[in-house]
Amino acid sequence: MKLDSKIPEGPLAEKWPKHKFNLKLVNPANKRKYTVIVVGTGLAGASAAASLAELGYNVKSFCFQDSPRRAHSIAAQGGINAAKNYQNDGDSVYRLFYDTIKGGDYRAREANVYRLADVSVNIIDQCVAQGVPFAREYGGLLDNRSFGGAQVSRTFYARGQTGQQLLLGAYSALSRQIGLGTVKQYNRHEMMDIVTIDGEAKGIITRDLISGKIESHAGHAVLLCTGGYGNVFYLSTNAMGCNVTAAWKAHKRGAYFGNPCFTQIHPTCIPVSGDHQSKLTLMSESLRNDGRVWAPKTVELAQKLRKGEIKVTDLKESDRDYFLERKYPAFGNLVPRDVASRNAKEMVDEGRGVGASGVAVFLDFADAISRLGEDAVRAKYGNLFDMYYQITDEDPYKQPMRIYPAVHYTMGGLWVDYNLQTTVKGLYCLGEANFSDHGANRLGASALMQGLADGYFVIPYTVGDYLATIGPKPVDASHPAFAETKRQVEERIQKLLSLKGTRTVDDFHRDLGHIMWEYCGMARTEEGLIKAKGLIRELRENFWKDAIVPGGNNEMNQSLEKAARVADFLELGELMVDDALNRKESCGGHFRVESQTEEGEALRDDVNFSYVAAWEYRGDNMPEELHKEELVFENVKLTQRSYK
Amino acid sequence: MNLTLKVWRQKNTEDKGKLVTYPASDISPDMSFLEMLDVVNEGLIKKNEDPIHFDHDCREGICGMCSLHINGRPHGPKQGITTCQLHMRSFKDGETIVIEPWRAAAFPVIKDLATNREAFERIQQAGGFISVNTGGVPDANEIPIPKVIADEAFNSATCIQCGACVAACKNASAMLFVSAKVSQLALLPQGQPERYRRVQAMVAQMDAEGFGNCTNTGACEAECPKEISISNIARMNRDYLNAKLFKDEY
Ligand SMILES: Cc1cc2nc3c(=O)[nH]c(=O)nc-3n(C[C@H](O)[C@H](O)[C@H](O)COP(=O)(O)OP(=O)(O)OC[C@H]3O[C@@H](n4cnc5c(N)ncnc54)[C@H](O)[C@@H]3O)c2cc1C
Ligand code: FES
Repeated sequence: MKLDSKIPEGPLAEKWPKHKFNLKLVNPANKRKYTVIVVGTGLAGASAAASLAELGYNVKSFCFQDSPRRAHSIAAQGGINAAKNYQNDGDSVYRLFYDTIKGGDYRAREANVYRLADVSVNIIDQCVAQGVPFAREYGGLLDNRSFGGAQVSRTFYARGQTGQQLLLGAYSALSRQIGLGTVKQYNRHEMMDIVTIDGEAKGIITRDLISGKIESHAGHAVLLCTGGYGNVFYLSTNAMGCNVTAAWKAHKRGAYFGNPCFTQIHPTCIPVSGDHQSKLTLMSESLRNDGRVWAPKTVELAQKLRKGEIKVTDLKESDRDYFLERKYPAFGNLVPRDVASRNAKEMVDEGRGVGASGVAVFLDFADAISRLGEDAVRAKYGNLFDMYYQITDEDPYKQPMRIYPAVHYTMGGLWVDYNLQTTVKGLYCLGEANFSDHGANRLGASALMQGLADGYFVIPYTVGDYLATIGPKPVDASHPAFAETKRQVEERIQKLLSLKGTRTVDDFHRDLGHIMWEYCGMARTEEGLIKAKGLIRELRENFWKDAIVPGGNNEMNQSLEKAARVADFLELGELMVDDALNRKESCGGHFRVESQTEEGEALRDDVNFSYVAAWEYRGDNMPEELHKEELVFENVKLTQRSYK
Repeated sequence: MNLTLKVWRQKNTEDKGKLVTYPASDISPDMSFLEMLDVVNEGLIKKNEDPIHFDHDCREGICGMCSLHINGRPHGPKQGITTCQLHMRSFKDGETIVIEPWRAAAFPVIKDLATNREAFERIQQAGGFISVNTGGVPDANEIPIPKVIADEAFNSATCIQCGACVAACKNASAMLFVSAKVSQLALLPQGQPERYRRVQAMVAQMDAEGFGNCTNTGACEAECPKEISISNIARMNRDYLNAKLFKDEY
């Protein structure tokens, strides 16, 4: 199949308005004859479900948590970007567009990113009208802060819990529709597969996580808003339940997977403390505004520190290497996420890491405290310092924090066209689950913006066009395709439950995480990736022989839930490695060791790799087929990033 | 560290349930409480036994999913944190720890330590919102809000809907939860048009769900991981009374 991105003709700024006008509309009286299935209730899903129900469609909404409000979006801390230019500091829709394209290292579509920047201003209006309590100035107007990769202050925030407040806004809109009966909400339901009829998505199969009942749900269109797949690395900043199952099942039913290897690794997270570690905690990017990153100057000093022979406070100024300031005098500690992460890894690889495990570097606030005073630092970062103290039992006011990079976000996801439709008709993908908008690297505070843009302002128009085209013919789950897909789901569950080997599912997941982190993490080599491919295959085979999944299907069974998710991660991991192998250039979060400048910086290859890699599933254990969507840049000039 | 756990095991809502004793050995003080349970569960799974079921997701104190009653206290012995933020260094080597689910008629146990909190959902659906549709709203800066009011509304908005307030209350009252939402929206100018209708609808639903009355013991405030103030309850009572007295005007 040839990829058609459906990017509208015309000048950049006119594409979306013109396209909206050209899209077909559904007659208001007919809207209630359509059912739209929305899987996921994060920012993308909740905003989409509420907006579609307000328009008059019937909506069925699903999440695996016990409340839509608990979707992983709730955990976002820092903020949300919007080109409001309230600060009069030179921001504009075009500048937000430009920063996002450049930040993504020129691997995103101009048209999509421009639309995102364009609707960003409406998002803030919408949220405020819902009662979202953004930070304000004394004059009563909204406050902004600045974030990485931008020279203007365009980030709106709500203390350290912007995600929670935005999601509560969308959740309240969704709750209102549930109360009105226009949305039927299914909590503790996991989507297990997509049902397609004649190549078009017509429903889903779910498992009720309390009773184990396998159910069929029919609809005129299906929207996947199921979040990112960072948990393929086992340890990440994602919530424990984040998974790839919905997207992966869609992929196996014909939806191409875009740029699966594009992963974002966040430089400032609390390091791993032992094998028991179940997840990693992010320390906000804003800390790098005042914290200085360093490692001991020599391996000997680092060793002494690790053994506890000396204390960090014993190290003289001349024993410390502020490596970011040394290597990148222009940007210093504020280099982008990928650069900061790779440099921390380099220190650890050289043997200059700190902490008991040696897998960390310091983030030091001593200078800031002596310059601004402890109270000022507390006012700015108090909650983060408390959180750090809570987890590590170390006081960051007295000694530097230990930090290390961690997997945080996946830019890759299901390939979608300009309408957010996947390569399966009637199947749409929104939010972190799709591949669009962030290219090879996402700027801070742009994921929340994208989720809400997709749900509030894009999908209500584009899905309407599809629905108007297919007409309000009733759909129901009596078609044999439902029975057949349901049978396949039940078969897979039985297969998982029959596993009575010797190793726990977590054990396999941990191993997969190690492989991914080692070979498909911050730096990737051809040799390492080839090795990883073999290791993943072997692990997957062992999983299906030696895993243990206790309990049965007709009950709450968290072991079974986990096993089903990990089984899908074990397949996805291999595709990520294939994609990383194919992309021989370095770009954004994807650093191929073979492709670097003389100074050791990432080297992009625009001649050969200025495309989106969209992978087509061809059968279990078969190589996937690569389709390329060439990226055309008509408005921005491609430049090599430099932060020296 | 080595510990003894007494854990509530209950197969499903109908089952009677009982406390079962498990050893937790070789526990690192750096583990979180839930990681300690993970270790115990790994051991159970290796014996092909059903692991202890409990709710959790974000593991950083914001999603409100985790909900354990530890040694008689919702979210355990420490103030101002959720179960997932609790670390084993808060316990002593050799200690016995009793772990139970939230106890409230409106939160039936689903399995082991996981409870059904859908009653909260229905209260939100009854009125926990401002009725605006997507699009057609004014510019965000057309509604200036004094910073003190915005900050106060924010304090109420920090509720993570975990249900610890209900679990802490001897009457299993949901007043702290409901009043936090009512307050947030009652404080903001955007919430005024529906202010009195909202409080009546949410309180009516709360009563219908079988939550108990508030007798001002303050246990909810003391155990709330987000330290939400019971002054919210006073504010809600005031609004509720006003709504009743001047019914025809709203
Ligand atoms: C710690 C942290 C901090 C962050 N901070 C920021 C920030 O400051 N600014 C920013 O812009 N971005 C931030 N991000 C990124 C951002 O939070 C996410 O990318 C974004 O919230 C994803 O939203 P979503 O709606 O796409 O998916 P999610 O919020 O992840 O929601 C996924 C939904 O899908 C459901 N689901 C998944 N699979 C299934 C299935 N099989 N069946 C049924 N339901 C399913 C889940 O129940 C859930 O409701 C942060 C991320 C992390 C991890
Ligand atoms: S697991 Fe999210 S608050 Fe504890």
